[in-house]
Order: sequence, then C-alpha cells, then structure tokens
Amino acid sequence: MLTYTLRRLFFAIPTLLVISFLIFALLDLSPGDPTSNLPLTIPPEVREQIRQSFGLGEPFMVRYLKWLHQFSINEPLNVLEQMTGWTIGDGGRMRVISWQTRSPVVDLIAERLPQTLWVVGLSYLLGILIAVPIGVLSAWKQYSWFDQFGTFFAMVGYSVPTFFTGLVFIMIFSVHLGWLPMIYDTNLKVTDLASFWLQVKQMAMPVMVLALYNAGQISRFMRASMLDNLNQDYVRTARAKGMGESKVLLVHVLRNSLIPVVTVIAIGVPQIFGGAIITEQIFRVNGLGQLLISGIQGTDIPLVQTLTFIFAILIVLFNLIADLLYGILDPRIRYD
Amino acid sequence: MTEITGAAAPERTLWSDVWYQFRHHRGAVAGVIILGIIVLAILIGPWLHGVDPQHIDIRARNAQPSLAHPMGTDNIGRDIFAQVLQGGRVSLSVGVTAMLLSLLLGTLVGVLAGFFRRLDGVLMRLTDLFLALPLLPLLLVIIMLFRDTLRGLFGPETGIFLLIVFIIGITSWMQTARIVRGDVLTLKEQEFVLAARSIGTPSHRIILRHVLPNILSPIMVSATLGVANAIITESALSFLGLGFPSDFPTWGRLLFDGANFMMLNPARVIWPGLAISLTVLSINFIGDGLRDALDPRIRGR
Amino acid sequence: MISRGIFLGAAAASALCANAALAERGSDGQLNILYWQAVSTMNPYLSNGTKDIEGASLVLEPLARFDPEGNLVPYLVDEIPTRENGGISEDLTSITWVLSEGLLWSDGSPVTAEDVVFTWQYCTDPAGGCSQASNFAGIETVEALDARTVKVTFEKPTPYPYGAFVSVEAPVLQKAQFADCLGAKAAECTEANFNPIGTGPFVVTEFKANDVITLAANPNYRDAAKPAFANVVLKGGGDAASAARSVLETGEFDYAWNPQVEPEILAQMEAAGKGEILAAFGSLVERIHVNQTDPNPALGAERSTVGHPHPFLSDPQVVKALSLAIDREILVETGYGAGGRVTCNLIPAPEINASTNNDWCKAQDMEEAARLLDEAGWVKGGDGIRAKDGVRMSLLFQTSTSSVRQAAQALIKQWWGELGVEAELRQIDGSVFFGGDPGSPDTMQKFYADMEEFANEFSGTDPEAYLGDWVCSGIPSPETQWQGSNFSRFCEPEYDALFVELGRTAGAEARAAIIIKLNDMIVNSGAFIPLVHRGRISVKSNTLGGVDLNPWDSELWNAADWYRVKS
Repeated sequence: MLTYTLRRLFFAIPTLLVISFLIFALLDLSPGDPTSNLPLTIPPEVREQIRQSFGLGEPFMVRYLKWLHQFSINEPLNVLEQMTGWTIGDGGRMRVISWQTRSPVVDLIAERLPQTLWVVGLSYLLGILIAVPIGVLSAWKQYSWFDQFGTFFAMVGYSVPTFFTGLVFIMIFSVHLGWLPMIYDTNLKVTDLASFWLQVKQMAMPVMVLALYNAGQISRFMRASMLDNLNQDYVRTARAKGMGESKVLLVHVLRNSLIPVVTVIAIGVPQIFGGAIITEQIFRVNGLGQLLISGIQGTDIPLVQTLTFIFAILIVLFNLIADLLYGILDPRIRYD
Repeated sequence: MTEITGAAAPERTLWSDVWYQFRHHRGAVAGVIILGIIVLAILIGPWLHGVDPQHIDIRARNAQPSLAHPMGTDNIGRDIFAQVLQGGRVSLSVGVTAMLLSLLLGTLVGVLAGFFRRLDGVLMRLTDLFLALPLLPLLLVIIMLFRDTLRGLFGPETGIFLLIVFIIGITSWMQTARIVRGDVLTLKEQEFVLAARSIGTPSHRIILRHVLPNILSPIMVSATLGVANAIITESALSFLGLGFPSDFPTWGRLLFDGANFMMLNPARVIWPGLAISLTVLSINFIGDGLRDALDPRIRGR
Repeated sequence: MISRGIFLGAAAASALCANAALAERGSDGQLNILYWQAVSTMNPYLSNGTKDIEGASLVLEPLARFDPEGNLVPYLVDEIPTRENGGISEDLTSITWVLSEGLLWSDGSPVTAEDVVFTWQYCTDPAGGCSQASNFAGIETVEALDARTVKVTFEKPTPYPYGAFVSVEAPVLQKAQFADCLGAKAAECTEANFNPIGTGPFVVTEFKANDVITLAANPNYRDAAKPAFANVVLKGGGDAASAARSVLETGEFDYAWNPQVEPEILAQMEAAGKGEILAAFGSLVERIHVNQTDPNPALGAERSTVGHPHPFLSDPQVVKALSLAIDREILVETGYGAGGRVTCNLIPAPEINASTNNDWCKAQDMEEAARLLDEAGWVKGGDGIRAKDGVRMSLLFQTSTSSVRQAAQALIKQWWGELGVEAELRQIDGSVFFGGDPGSPDTMQKFYADMEEFANEFSGTDPEAYLGDWVCSGIPSPETQWQGSNFSRFCEPEYDALFVELGRTAGAEARAAIIIKLNDMIVNSGAFIPLVHRGRISVKSNTLGGVDLNPWDSELWNAADWYRVKS
C-alpha cells in the first residue's frame, strides 16, 4: 500500500505537468479577450497596448514557462516566507498577477476560500449526512412509501436546476417572509452570538439549495449500491446465522455498499473548492466559483490557469484518496 | 447498453424472463406510461395544437392561460404550450442521446481501466485530465473549431444538435468511469470471475457475461442522473450562446428564461420544470425496473 | 472655501439643498450600493469596464466633469477654461487649467499641478497599458506653470480640448502614491491600485477585489458638511434582476446599478413600494450594423472584406425597407420601458447634435417596406422568401447573449419574415463577441454575418471620435488583424472629407451642423439601422435622497450630496 501510494504520488508530477500544459494551451486557444469588457469607446490601438502590457506579445512557450515558474517556485516560496517570517532571496520574485485586478492571484484565492469552504463545504457535508441515511433506508425498505418519497425528493432535487430553487427560496424567505437576507455579506466576522446568528441566517439559503442538489445525487448512488449488496449471498448467510438485522445492515452491507459511493463523494470534494458557480452568483457569496467565472468571462488567463490547476491537483489527490479507501474498505482489492 | 435495447425480443427465454419481470414492476410500468405520454404529446401535440412556437402575437404579451393559449404566453407573446411541446423534442433527444454517449464512454473507460491493470494508469490519468479541464473555455474552443464545419455539413439545426450532444457527452463521462472502475476492481477479485478466468474464458466474454450485468445498478443511476444533467447543461449552453439559436425553445431554456417572470406568470416555469422532473422521474423508475429485471438474484422472486 | 463645482452639483438637486446644508459629515450612517458587475480595481486607468471607473469615482475626481444635462462643471478648478476667458489659446493648441486654492488629498497633503502632470505621464507610458489613453491622445506635453496652474499643449489645433483630466474617465492621481508605478510596474502596485488617495468624498478602508469595497467619509473633503454618509459598502456580483430585487423588494440595499431586465419585471418589483426606478438618457444607441460586404463562407479568407460587396444589403433601398419593417415602439415596450425611446439616429443627444431628418423610421410601415423591395426587384418565391437573380434574401443575424436582445431578435425576425426576408439568429458570448480575438470567427469586427446588433455610445458629449469610427480607413480587414471600428465596412469619400472638416471646426453651432450631416449620411447609407435610444437606468431606495442620475459621467458623481431621507 505504501509503495503504491508513493508510486502514484511520483507519477502525479508528470500527469500534472501535462494537465497544466493542456489547460494553458486550451486557454490560449480560447477565443476570449481580456479587453472585451471595456467600453467600445476605447480604440483598437489602446486595446493592443493593454494586451501587450499583459505580456500577450510573447511566444506561447515563454508565457507558459513563466507561469509555471511563478506558480511552482515563486508562490510556494512566498507562502513559506509568510508562514515562517524568513526572507528568502531578494524578495523581487514575480508573482502570478491577475489581469483583471492586477493583484496576486494567490491573495485573491486566499481571500475567497473562507466563504466557499463555509457555504459549499458545509452544504456538501450536509448533503452526505442527509443522503446516506435516506439511501440506506430506501434500499432496506425498497418500494415502501419512504422509498417512493425519497426517490421523488432526490430526483426532483437533482433535476430542478439551482438557479431555479435559489430564486424560489429568495422569493419565499427573503421577499415574502423577510426572514433571511438574499445577499451574503463577506465582510461579516463572527465574534459573538449575534454575529454567529447572522452568519447562520445568511448561509441558510445557499447551503439548503446546494445540499438538496448534492443529497439528491448521492442518495441515488447509495440506494443502488445498498440494493446490490442486500441481494448478495453473504447477507443471506449472515441473516441465516441469526445476526441482528441492524448489524447485518450497518456492519456488512453498508461497508460494502460504501465503495462506489466513496468514489462519488471523493470526486465531488475538489468541486467544493471549485465553488458552486450558479449558487454563489445567486446569493452573491463571491467565493471561488464566482472568482473563476468572472475570470473566464474577462479572459483573465493567469487567474483561470492558476485556479483550474489547483483544482487539477485536488482532483488527482482525491482520486488517489478514493483508490486508497477502496483498499481499506475492500481488502480483496490489491494494487501491487 | 446493447443488451437493454434487445430486452424486448421475445424469442429468447432469458429476455422473455426479463420482460416478464419488468412488466410486473409497478414503478417501471408507471414510468413507461408517463414517458410514453410525454413522448406522444411532443410527437403529435404540435400537430393537434397547431400553433407555431415561434409565432409572436404582440398583442397577447404575458397572457394568462386561456383556451387559445393553454399555458399562457411569454413576454413577447409566444405561446408557451407550443414552446413546451417543441422544446420537449429537443430536450428529450439531446438528453437521451448525450446520456447514451456519456454512458458508453464512461462504461468503456471504466471497465477497461478496472479490468486491465495495464490500462488503468493511463485511462485514469485521462479521466483526471478531463475532470480538470475548465469546461467553459473548452466549450468555446470546440464551438470555434467545429461549429461552422458542422453547420456546413448538416445545416444549422442538425449541426448544432450533434455538437451539443458531443460536448455534453465528452464532458460528463468521467464520474461514470470512476464509479464503474471502482466496481469492476471489486468484482474482478470475486469468486465467480476468478472461476470463469480459471477455465480459460476470454476477457471479452468475462466482461460481457459476468462483469457488465453486475455493474448495472451504478450505470442505471448514472443514466437517470445523466438525462437530467444533459437537459440542464443544454440550457446553460444556450444561455452562453453556445447552444441552439435563442428562438429555438428547449425545456431548460424555457425554465431559465421564465425564472424572472415567475411571479408575473407562474405557468412559464411550472410547466417546463414539471416536464423535466417528470421525465427524469419516469426514466429513473424505468431504470429501476430494468435493473431489477436484469438482476438474476432478484429475478423470479 | 467651497468650490463652484460642488455648489453647482448641490444646486442641481435643489429640493434637498436646505436639508443637505444642515447635515453634518458622516451623520447618516451607512450607504449600501450594489453593482452586479463587481469592481475589480479602484484605478480607472487599469480598469476592465465601466463598473471600475464608476467605483473609482467615489474616491478620485477629475478637474471638471459633466452634469446630467451634459454641461461641463468645474470640480478641482474654479472655472472651465474657454477661448472667451483665455483658458484656451487663440490657435486652439493649448488649454490652461487653474486648480482651486487649498485643495487637499485625503491624506492631508496639498493637491498641486505636479499631480496633474504626473497623471498624464502615468497614462501615456506605453508599457503601462492604460485603458484611458485615448483621452490623452494628441497631447504634446503637459506642464506645471506654477503650483496651481497646468498647461496642456496639443500637437495640432484641437477644437474640443476637454479630453484629458475631464470626466469620470480621466481623474487626477496623487504623484506621491503612484510615482513608483509607472509603465510596466503599474500592475505591481496592488496596494495603490486598490486604495488610491483621492480628493473625492470617500476613502477606501477595505478592498476585496471583485467582491466588496468598504469606504469611509474623507476627513479632508473640501466641504466640511459632506458627505452625509459615514460609510459606503459597494458590493458586487450576481445578476441584474436580483440586484433590483434587493433594492425594490427586500430593501437590503439603497442603490443598484444598471438593472438591465425586462420592464414588466422591474415594474412589478417597484410595485412593492420600497424604491423607484430612475432613467436618464445619454448617447447610448441600440443598433443593427449592416454588413456592406459579403460574409459568404465560400469566399474563404476573403469573407467580409471590401473586395466583395454584399449581394443585397449594399443596396440602401433594401436596408431602408428592413428598417421600416421594425416597430421600434414595441422594442422599447418589451425590452426597455422607461429606459428606452425610439430613435432614428446614430447620435441621439445632446439635443443640439440630434438630427430630425430621419424620422421616417419612427413608425412601422410594412406596406412601404414591401413596396420598396418590390421596386428594387426582389419578389417572393414559392417558399415565401424574396429573391432576385437566384439570390434569396436569407440572412444571418448575430448579437451578444442577453435576454433583452434575444427578444428583440425574435421580434425583428418575425417582422422581416412577414416581409419575405428569412433570418437565422445567433447569440455569441459577450467575451468572444466584443473581444476582438483575430483567431475567433465570432467577433463583431470579423462580422461573419449579415447583421449584428449591439449598443454603443461615445464618452463625454462630443462625438468626434465616435464619428471617426466610420471612415474608410477604419474598416477591419485581415491586413489589420481585424482591428478597426468601422464594423459595417461603410466607405464614402464624401463622408471622410466632411469628417476632416469637423476636426478643424470650432464652435458648438458650426460643429453641430456638420455632426448632423455626418449622422444623416450614415443613417441613410444602408450600413446602419438605429433601434432604440437607451438610457441609463438604476434603482434606488425611497430612503435615499440626493440621487441625480447622470448619463454623461459617473452615476455616483454626486455621492457627496446623497443623504438618508428621514421619515
């Protein structure tokens, strides 16, 4: 297991290099332009000058290598400096600068991480906590009224898009009842009970919307996987041996059923860091999802490149974690 | 998926068994009936209703439901009922085709990666790559490269249809692939597979006869979620100017355009929303029924 | 001393004069403003769009700016230089500004002529990528004659010299703060770009790019009684409809910028009684550009280039017919409401420059349109589409994605369909359409379509540069990497000659006569179909007073005068 992990980690480096190159090439090929949001009154010569100031006049490979150097050497050194207080080199390192804001991309990401983790992360956790029991109970009592209702709830939750549920929630809870704010205040600092209550109130709607969506998806996989395992021979054997139903269900079936669900959950984790673009937009949570979409709309290549590459690292990492979890949950799987 | 299309063939005893089981699955029958009604409505509905979904009746803007406009009209006076019917054709065909493509890709990659250890590394890194690629720039590039060629070859509508199905298909197979691979990894080590292998069964036979039937349930879940996903993604594409022309209604697009008019004219969101949900629900129940029918351990119980 | 500019600004909102005069700085608490396009930087010279310039206008100020009527009002000076008062030289080659006495930056240091000179140096450094460089075009030098006097010298006689240091687009930066940020280093000065020191009513206290900006009243603001608000929160993100909702329905915010949604939705929100919709008209015109060249894909690299005239849209009579088939009243009603009105001009405002010669387009006339097409020899075929010599009147009509444009396109397609002209609609993502990437087939410059709809305007009140877009040399082509603003490929030597004359003419009346002539030439050329004169719209809460929506400058131009209405 350890050698397998080390080997996977070692192979992750060339994989990530290829991914970063392909992302860069894709962004370069993509037909957007960083001056597209400027008023049309700005003449073409000025636009050309702006593009040159972003370094777009340099050849593709030069720009890619510059970014790679800035991202993989300069930025980690900066983080190290900030954490330890040491000074490394003369401090004149070029950082990855966003075109839109002309500020370091890493600072922007750090600024937005808290709200994304709070809102999207919490909704994911909540989604899992709702989905697993629903999935287990639905499978155990297949075709009962609980199962039918769970199915209905899950499928509607998944098939109605978040832009719509978000709007319905705003209409009910903000406009008609006036209970919850429709605009998320990213400046709010939780210092006492009152501000904590405000934070809970402003998180309630985005978390509900996202949790509904996540729960819908995960509960379906959970139910299907449980059903598969409930019909296996080992369950019959366990029951025949006179083992208690709850023990059969929770110890044997659940453990085996979790294998495919773990994949679904692990693949979903990097998406937390990707933020929920639509939900963040609706409630103005302005987290990483909103940062990414505004970067894409403004063709802010350094920002989009850095963000997507961080997601890529997380994706590779969490896929490895999922693979390792298989090994733990199912000892029969051997990687070596 | 080829086995499922063959499910209705009566001459083979296995399949008649499956068909018998399927017929006696209440949810599945209900799903088939609902989906049948929806398909029937979008096929013959436009012919019965007789209103052009693109026709603008500028005097009847934001009209409430009436005999002439059973679901009212939108903000420039187009008949919503006609648009829902017309939109259903597009949404259903895009949803089902894109789901099939993504399922095919996902299952293929997943089975190959799970079953053949030598392919595992390469295929899973490919999956990582596709998961990591930023979707929107990818779409813009694909549209830029292929739209005009496809439009020239197949005309504007079919060309865009193929492009959208292709885009949704190749950007949504990764989850299925990961899940299928995980299941195959477990299955591969189970006794019956080992037994089959020990008597010298060739790999493709093991995959078709032993592996595939046992991973049907995650595939079925992926399929139902995939249809919903494709319908919604299509609307996001149209909104970004990457999909069908704006005067070409689809369910997702109707829902999106109508969202802001929710208070003014609720019919604009209720009907397309209901259509999407009912379709996804019925496909889900059909999937459940198929899965149960194809599972040898349940069959005959 | 109270500068005249502020005095005029306050006078414009006369009803609240007494109220505002009694107020004390910072007595009205917090002001919440929502821009659904979030502000990315507070430095207008590095901006990515209108929203950044507007946000910066709370902090940075120009020497003079436009009021809601389009008149220049002095801000950091006592009077506007003119030829009459000797501020502009007789030969029109220089303009001299004199700063007001006793002006202070928000950090307490004095504003000097050196700051103004520096601003010019900052924006004209070629490596800086200054997005407002066109405001400083044609300037030979800017020099400080003494601590308060700045002289701008032009390369050639410039009849309209109010580009530099005027309006929201070209405010004055503090030299001390930006001295190390010239040229390529502009992007590295994050701290200065996010927290500029200005002369305006507010100073930035916390800047979160593309999210929220917190500002506080400027302690050194020149009017001791202003601003009435102690803090401003400028939040960004989301969509236009919910921005309006947060002001009109939930009352969480006081002011929301540009809620560009269908008028019936806005009207319904307004009915909640918490706020109102404001509209003011500048020069923004929603229009269709008509391709004068052939976009046929069969032409390959020669698509949409001047060597190949369009098979039918190069005939002005055909385009006139298509224009007559459009019911502009309906377009206004369905898409813009109070924020739009029918126009038949390229230049709809200011009043003095607006032509009245093209009013034939105001009312829809299908019969006349059909007659014009019949007369030109285009007759309906068996499929209901007009054709002549084997050419069918079938066209591709593109625009950027927007729900309002999408509805307008559908309406226009129907009217043209009734006339026997077939249209295929296409929407393109704004970042591609307006982006001008020469590698993409979908840019407005490449114009691989027969028609394209968008909106355009000119900055300030003088349309010279805007009319300059239509000269022959402005036509985008493969040779110029598709750069150029003459999207329609309109080319008329007579127009070019008259445009040169405009550049030599001084005096508002004489210029207006030429501007109207140029406008009429474009409108009747068949290269341009005007649709709607669009206003700026915004929504404000009933509890917010002092707002005077300005279509010629920043919407927040008089934020110093805004106050909380006490009920």
